[in-house]
Amino acid sequence: MSLSRQHEMHKRRFSRNLGLGLVLAAFVALVFGLTIAKVSDDDFAVTTEEAN
Amino acid sequence: MSDASLNTSKVQGLEDEATFGDFFALLKPRVMTLVVFTAFVGLIAAPVSVHPVVGFAAILFIAVGGGASGALNMWWDADIDAVMKRTAKRPIPAGKVTRDEAFAFGIALSGFAVVMLGLATNLLAAGLLAFTIFFYIVIYTMWLKRWTPQNIVIGGAAGAFPPMIGWAAATGSVSVEAVLMFCLTFMWTPPHFWALALFTKMDYDNAQVPMLTVTHGRRSTRVHILVYTVLLAALAIGLGFTSVGGPIYLAVAVVLNLNFLKGAVDIWRRDEAASEADKYLAERKFFKASLLYLFAHFGAIAAEALLAPYGLGGW
Repeated sequence: MSLSRQHEMHKRRFSRNLGLGLVLAAFVALVFGLTIAKVSDDDFAVTTEEAN
Repeated sequence: MSDASLNTSKVQGLEDEATFGDFFALLKPRVMTLVVFTAFVGLIAAPVSVHPVVGFAAILFIAVGGGASGALNMWWDADIDAVMKRTAKRPIPAGKVTRDEAFAFGIALSGFAVVMLGLATNLLAAGLLAFTIFFYIVIYTMWLKRWTPQNIVIGGAAGAFPPMIGWAAATGSVSVEAVLMFCLTFMWTPPHFWALALFTKMDYDNAQVPMLTVTHGRRSTRVHILVYTVLLAALAIGLGFTSVGGPIYLAVAVVLNLNFLKGAVDIWRRDEAASEADKYLAERKFFKASLLYLFAHFGAIAAEALLAPYGLGGW
């Protein structure tokens, strides 16, 4: 059995899924931003042995 | 199952299915605004520079941690919330979210917020956030809220931690300034809430939550408001002489605390007959002033920090 017709339930769940998707996308962007901020910090340094 | 059977969504309970907004409501967004504001002030008042992205992330994760404790509070207090008018429309008593869902949501977000704050800033800030969540849920919600009329005093501590966490996120330590910012919110909460309790007919009695107005009487509540306000005024003005204070903060603190003290004395001098005659005018004015009081104090600390680079803020 397939649910071919658009049901009201699908609309409601779409809003929830969209909200969660946007939150996850924002989280990915934030972690990326944090990474850039951390590696740009003057205190951030990789020791020579680790670098090699 | 046919497509037709799906249309009987009411029978299946799908109409009551939680939306994104219901899960957001579990985080107590109004409480979160205070958390965000005070954590922000704690962070910018700290005597170190913080990368804007790291600062933003720190405040976000503190807010998520605060929201998670709100969800756990609703999980534990679902029985009380269902009885009281003010809280009866919350997602659990409204039947939108189950208690188990709220518990899982709160626990998952708590862990997420603490780990992410630790990774973004430092372990002290993460530890303080974890302790705040533990304190609010275990010490306040589960243990003391239904046991002692001093519940508001103890619960206020949980709401007072954010500026200290913000400070710790920036500096990696806790100083006297951070402790005094904590004390400011801690001492402010009881008179703020007891003034509200005097002029609203709250149904805590139905929920069997001991409130000072009921257990010790309204006269005793008026005395409590005055005592806490005197202690708060001394503390708020004392904060002005630390490194986060300055002329702007001190001027704001002196004016607001004189006004607040006058309000507390007015409440103390009145009896119930006088209050009922003017529909609790003094109590309502005091409550409104308390909202401005906390916002203006933390706003003044922020102003001192933001103007300092231009030679205008601080001592």
